[in-house]
Amino acid sequence: MAWERIRKDTNPRVAPNLADYAQARRAFSWQRARAELSGLPGRGGLNIAYEAVDRHIAAGNGRHTALRCIARDGTVTGVSYAGLALDTARFANILRSLGVNRGDRVFTLLGRCPELYTTVLGTLKNTSVLCPLFSAFGPDPVRQRLRLGNARVLVTTEALYRRKVADRRDQLPELEHVLFVGPVTEPLPDTVSFAELMQAASDDFTIPPTDPQDMALLHFTSGTTGTPKGAVHVHEAVVAHHATAAFALDLHPEDIYWCTADPGWVTGMSYGVIAPLTHGVTVVVDEGDYDARRWYQILAEERVSVWYTAPTAVRMLMRGTARHASTDLPQEYDLSALRFIASVGEPLNPEAVLWGQEALGLPIHDNWWQTETGCIMIANFAGTEIRPGAMGRPLPGVEAAVLERGEDGRALVTGGRVTVLHHPDAEGELALRPGWPSMFRGYLHDKVRYDAAFADGWYLTGDVARQDADGWFWFVGRADDVIKSAGHLIGPFEVESALMEHPAVAEAGVIGRPDPVAGAIVKAFVSLKPGHDPSEALERELLAFSRRRLGPAVAPREIAFDQNLPKTRSGKVMRRLLRARELGLPEGDISTLEGSA
Amino acid sequence: MNRTEALEIVKDSIARIVPDADFTRLGPDEKFRDALEMDSLDFLGFVETLIERTGLAIDENDYPALTTLSESADFLVTRAAGRAGQPPSP
Repeated sequence: MAWERIRKDTNPRVAPNLADYAQARRAFSWQRARAELSGLPGRGGLNIAYEAVDRHIAAGNGRHTALRCIARDGTVTGVSYAGLALDTARFANILRSLGVNRGDRVFTLLGRCPELYTTVLGTLKNTSVLCPLFSAFGPDPVRQRLRLGNARVLVTTEALYRRKVADRRDQLPELEHVLFVGPVTEPLPDTVSFAELMQAASDDFTIPPTDPQDMALLHFTSGTTGTPKGAVHVHEAVVAHHATAAFALDLHPEDIYWCTADPGWVTGMSYGVIAPLTHGVTVVVDEGDYDARRWYQILAEERVSVWYTAPTAVRMLMRGTARHASTDLPQEYDLSALRFIASVGEPLNPEAVLWGQEALGLPIHDNWWQTETGCIMIANFAGTEIRPGAMGRPLPGVEAAVLERGEDGRALVTGGRVTVLHHPDAEGELALRPGWPSMFRGYLHDKVRYDAAFADGWYLTGDVARQDADGWFWFVGRADDVIKSAGHLIGPFEVESALMEHPAVAEAGVIGRPDPVAGAIVKAFVSLKPGHDPSEALERELLAFSRRRLGPAVAPREIAFDQNLPKTRSGKVMRRLLRARELGLPEGDISTLEGSA
Repeated sequence: MNRTEALEIVKDSIARIVPDADFTRLGPDEKFRDALEMDSLDFLGFVETLIERTGLAIDENDYPALTTLSESADFLVTRAAGRAGQPPSP
C-alpha cells in the first residue's frame, strides 16, 4: 500500500537548515563543514571536546545552559557550558594524575547522568579514548568488551560494578582504575569515588594538540559471527556530527533538544552528547526509564523543540494512545514548543510517521545510519517532503548505492568489482562511498574483518535496501543474521555461545522474530543433549540462565526446543532456515543442508 | 481477588519475564524494575501478563502504581473491586 507523502509548510516557524535538497548537495563539501568548527587555538588540531564545550565559552556563551539533567525522582539540575568546561577539565586532570594517556581507553557503564557528560568530554580533552557500554548488558558482554577494548579506566556505579564486574575483576588485568559515580555504601578494593577525585582536581586544563586522526571513540557493535567488533572513530568525526545534526536534526542554537537514546549506543554518543553540544543548544538528559507520562511531561515542561527518539519508543507511545481509542494522552500536555521529531534504530513504519502527525501534531522523520558510519547517512529532512516508511535520501556529502547481491545475500564481488543497480526499486546491499569524517577507521585488533567490510571502493553496510525513481531509499532487511531489536544490533553468535554454556544445551540457533513494538525480539532454538528433555521448567531455566549472563538487552525472550535444527553439511546451524520456518516463508535453496542430496 | 491472590499474580507475572527472580530477597517496597533489571520491553510484558491474568484494564496512567510488589498488589485489589458488579471487560 502506498502512503500519501507528507508535504511541508512553506512558511515554517523556524527556517530549516536544509530547504532545497539538490542545492544543499551541490553547495556542500566536507572542507566547508570543517570550517564551521573552531579547531584548537594556535593550530593545535581538532578535538571533539573543545568543539562541544570550550569554544562556546571563547565565543561568550559560557552562561548558556548546556545540560538539563532530570534525575529519576524528577529533580532537575542545570549545567552551564562554563560549568561543563570546568567539570571536564577536572576529569581530564584526574586522568592525567592517574597516568592515563593519549589513546588509553576509558569505559563508561552509566545511565544518563551529568557525570556521563563529564567523563566523556573530559576523556576526550585528555586525548584518551572513550568507550561507552550499555548498562542493560549482563556481566558477559560487559567483561568481554572491557577485555577486547583494553579498558584501563571504568567509570560506573557501585551497583553496576557489583553486578557485572566485581567477581571477575581478576580476569581484567589491564583494568587499573574503577571510579564510582554516586553514593558508595561500602568501599571495595581497587575502586575510588568519582566525586572525591573531582573535588580534589584542578579545573585548569589545556587540551594538548590533537591530531584530527587521533582515535577518540570506540563503539562495540555485533556481527553475524565471532566476538563483538570495536569500531574506531577519530576526533575528526566531530565535523560530521556537527554538519549532520544541522541537516538531519535541523538544530538551531536556540533549540532545547532531547535525545532519548542510551549513551551505551552510538546514537546516545554522537547525538546524545557530541553533536548537540557542538551546536551550543540546551540538551535535556533524562535518567529515568521509558514512561509515557514522564516523557510527555518532559517534552512539555522542558519546552523541548527538537526530539530524537526511536521507533520502539514511538510504538510504545502509540499503544498508550491507541488503547484510549483516541489521542488524548498527549493532548493533556502542552507540546507547543516541539517543532521537529526524528527517529532512528530500525525502520519506522508509515503508521508511526502519521501517528506523530495526528497525536503530536508533527510527523516523525526517520533516518538511517550505523555504528560504523558514526553519523546520520540517510534521512527525511525538516524542510522537504516525507515519504512515510522510507529511510529518506543521502545527506549532503554522502554517496549511497544499492549493489547486486550474490547467493550468500551479500554484495556480489567478481574479480574485485561490484555491480551498482541503477534501475529504480531494485533491491540490493546498501553501500556507501567512504570519505566522510566520522567513517570508522578500523575494528580494534581486527584488520581482517575491517577489510572484509569494503569492496571496490564501497563500504558494505549489511543492510538490504532499494532506491525509488526519485532517490528515496527504502529499507528491506538485513543481508546477514544480525538482529535489530529495539534499535540495537544483537549478534546471534553471542547469544548462541551463552546458551551453549548451559549443560543441557547441545546446539543453538538464534534469530529475530518480528515484533510489533520492538521490530524484532531475540528468539532461540535449542537442541538438548541426551538425558535432557524439553519442559517448561527447562525453558524458564534457560531464559534465566541467558538473562543472568547477557542482560535484558541481549538475552533471548523466547526459547523453542528443536532436536532437528537445520544445519549445513559442515555442521553450522542455518539461521536463515529457522527464520523462514518461523515466518512460514519458502525455505529457499537448501542444497547445502545436511542430509540433502 | 484478595490481597494474597493479587500478590501471587504480580509475582507470577514478574517471573514470566525474569524466571529466576528471587522474591525472598526482594523487599515488598523495593522498586522491582531496578532490582531485577527489567527494561521497558520487560515491563510491557509484565503489564500484558497482568492484564491477561486478571482481565483488568491497565494503561499508562496506572504504571506509577506498578513499581513495588506491595503497591502492585494493592492496585490490582482496588481495580478489581472497582470493577465488581460490572460486566467483564471484553
